[in-house]
Amino acid sequence: MEKKLSKGDLVSIFIRSNFLLGSFNFERMQAIGFCVSLIPALKKLYKDDPEEYKRSLKRHLEFFNTQPFLATPIMGIIAAMEEKKANGAEIGEDTLSGVKVGLIGPLAGVGDPIFWGTLRPVLAALGAGIALTGSIVGPLIFFVAFNVIRLLTNWYGVMYGYDKGTELVNEVGGNRMRYLTEGSSVLGLLVMGALVAKWTTVNMPMVLSSYTNSQGEQVVTTVQSLLDSLMPGIVPMLMTFACMWLLKKGVNPLVIILGLFALGIVGYAIGLFA
Amino acid sequence: MTTIQFILLIVVAAVAGMGSVLDECQFHRPLVACTLVGLVLGDITTGIILGGTLEMLALGWMNVGAAMAPDAALASVVSAILVIVGHQSIGAGIALAVPLAAAGQVLTIFVRTITVFFQHLADKFALEGNAFGIEMCHIGGLLLQGIRVAVPAAIVAAVAGTDTVNAMLASIPEVITRGLQVSGGFIVVVGYAMVINMMNAKSLMPYFFLGFLIAVFTNVNLIGFGAIGLICAYFHIRGLQRELNAAAAGSTGSGDGLDDIDDSELM
Repeated sequence: MEKKLSKGDLVSIFIRSNFLLGSFNFERMQAIGFCVSLIPALKKLYKDDPEEYKRSLKRHLEFFNTQPFLATPIMGIIAAMEEKKANGAEIGEDTLSGVKVGLIGPLAGVGDPIFWGTLRPVLAALGAGIALTGSIVGPLIFFVAFNVIRLLTNWYGVMYGYDKGTELVNEVGGNRMRYLTEGSSVLGLLVMGALVAKWTTVNMPMVLSSYTNSQGEQVVTTVQSLLDSLMPGIVPMLMTFACMWLLKKGVNPLVIILGLFALGIVGYAIGLFA
Repeated sequence: MTTIQFILLIVVAAVAGMGSVLDECQFHRPLVACTLVGLVLGDITTGIILGGTLEMLALGWMNVGAAMAPDAALASVVSAILVIVGHQSIGAGIALAVPLAAAGQVLTIFVRTITVFFQHLADKFALEGNAFGIEMCHIGGLLLQGIRVAVPAAIVAAVAGTDTVNAMLASIPEVITRGLQVSGGFIVVVGYAMVINMMNAKSLMPYFFLGFLIAVFTNVNLIGFGAIGLICAYFHIRGLQRELNAAAAGSTGSGDGLDDIDDSELM
């Protein structure tokens, strides 16, 4: 009798995929999480073959680490491959392992800029901006929008991965993924540029000159008004580039944050910032 | 603080701690965690405002590959408790959040190392065909992450608002809290820098400058920027398509499109 995974099994994989990183550790990272996500499928496929069942549990405890939401298509593909294997197809452990190892890099390369580089910072900045006024809409927008997109990704990841099986492996290596990555980076960087200008506050009230003009009005030029007339937002822009440079040098972000705190405190004390 | 509030607080702290490793629902993000702490403690508005402030601070804190971000979960939960229960300023909350994030990072490194033990236990269960055992190892690791935040939160909740703690917080000089609030205006640049570095796309930086210029000289809001970004992405992809098709026509499809994209997860 042919062994077949039901929709219910795939739903179980989807539910478990939401806990992929639960036992993240420095040795094999998401390994246990990946194995636990596949257990519903393995249980069903190898219930008549205890030895293969043990081997299947073991082989999915190998190193695994990728962007968590995009781990779901890999789960779907592997479930489809295991199904074929359980029905007698010639699929070796090295093939299964090769598919996993081959996909985690490219999918992380796509998923990191999309989810961590664009989606979350943009939604978080939007939500935080509203939250500063004390409105519950801020946290809600962030939480609901992010999770709807995430759950849809996880759901279609598992289902699409299972339907397409190994076909999808070629697609991941193809141009379409590159379009997706670069497209999302374009969107992310454009919004980041806007955020640097709009979502930062630097005020330098130090007076440079003060005189009375011919109409008898007091004209005061501060550092800030001078900068604003040349290029508003230039200070946060320069700070961003300084941070990028320091981060590339390997400086811990917390150290940079402490440095900026020191800058703010000293700047406030000597009247440079307000 | 009533007993029920205390218990709910520990639940929120544990959920935030588990969220910090799962990185799925985002319960560990300041925007969500501080709001929930505020809700439990009966001052949701302060929770939301502190959450928004700390979210700016933590915007670029992300777990990419094996690299670990400062810990938003412990920072959000504990500073929200201290600010709300002890009636402290948002500035004091920012001051507390950074050392707490560093402490939380140390704790999560500790837990992620201990979890290696569960990994080996799981290997043993696999040889026995014991799926339940493997599942328990998984849940064990997750629970440790919850406890990691819940225990410090419980300790802080027990002493927060007492005269000693309030006196300690009040002894922070005004120049520090005001200065921190000033820094709060631009501290987010670290997050932006982390996000931009992570994308690692030097050739796409003109889009960053375009966004900056539009923001400086117009009044377009964030939704508008999203729309402009989508249009730019569309034209960028069209250009890329032409380029790749031309390259494929030139040399019979030797270029694998993904080779030059940073496989950050594998580092």
